[in-house]
Amino acid sequence: MSGSGGEDIKHHVKVYKAVFTGLMVATVITVGVSYMRLAVLLAVTVAMIVATVKGSLVAAYFMHLKSEKPAIFWLLMLTASFWVLLMFIPVLMHLDSFEIQAQR
Amino acid sequence: MQIPYTVEARPDTGLPNPKLGIWLFLASEVMLFGALFSSYILLRVSAPAWPHGYQELNVPLATLNTVVLIASSVTMVMSWAQLKMHNLARARMYLWLTVTLALVFLVVKFFEYGSHFAAGEYPEHSTFLAIYFTLTGLHGLHVLGGVIVNSYLAGPGAAMWRTEPEQYTNRVEVAGLYWHFVDLVWIFLFPALYLL
Repeated sequence: MSGSGGEDIKHHVKVYKAVFTGLMVATVITVGVSYMRLAVLLAVTVAMIVATVKGSLVAAYFMHLKSEKPAIFWLLMLTASFWVLLMFIPVLMHLDSFEIQAQR
Repeated sequence: MQIPYTVEARPDTGLPNPKLGIWLFLASEVMLFGALFSSYILLRVSAPAWPHGYQELNVPLATLNTVVLIASSVTMVMSWAQLKMHNLARARMYLWLTVTLALVFLVVKFFEYGSHFAAGEYPEHSTFLAIYFTLTGLHGLHVLGGVIVNSYLAGPGAAMWRTEPEQYTNRVEVAGLYWHFVDLVWIFLFPALYLL
């Protein structure tokens, strides 16, 4: 982690404990919502939003991305753009299969 | 020969080499798990019927494993924080705690897999189980990798603290980045496979 002097560490430890509590609460929410048996699209949306919040907390605080150097930020932006492309492949293929079915 | 930029930042990247190296590795890991996650979505949206994870899998055990893995991320970062406060004994204790929690995760997974196998539910049983075993199996191997690296750092690797404390602290930080990534992957796998 860049720019972390020994003096700041005790403050960091407090933040880690707070993040842990937040992650536990988010886990309870994720599991609790799953027992509500929502419609698939709504359930997927809620689950992925909560997972993204949890993942962001881990990345920002435990992985210190909040205070990381720009080189790491740009590396991750490049990775994220390819990742988004990867996630679109199933959607495009699914739309394609709809078109083929419609042509029949 | 001294390997350059293990502790101090390179002038061109502004980062020590191990830090940039682990982030490049993690970027490749994002694509590896991303490809499998993309396959999971493709299989799911293309299937005429897809079971709900909570009908096929053990949600309470997976919830326990989620708590265990998140707790292990905290102990990992606490180990690094203790090294920053020049307390090797406590740092090693937190590292061993991380290893223990990782082993708890693997033992729970072992019982989960065991109950599937006892019921004759192997990867060839269904597309759902095939992608479930692929994703969780690969993730489990990553957990095992973390156990090996963290055990080394908590055990014989800790000898470096006496001669190169900063480099040892960086090693723990880099191992921590990997470990938090393993936690992060599970945070997405858990709802996608078990809850939806």
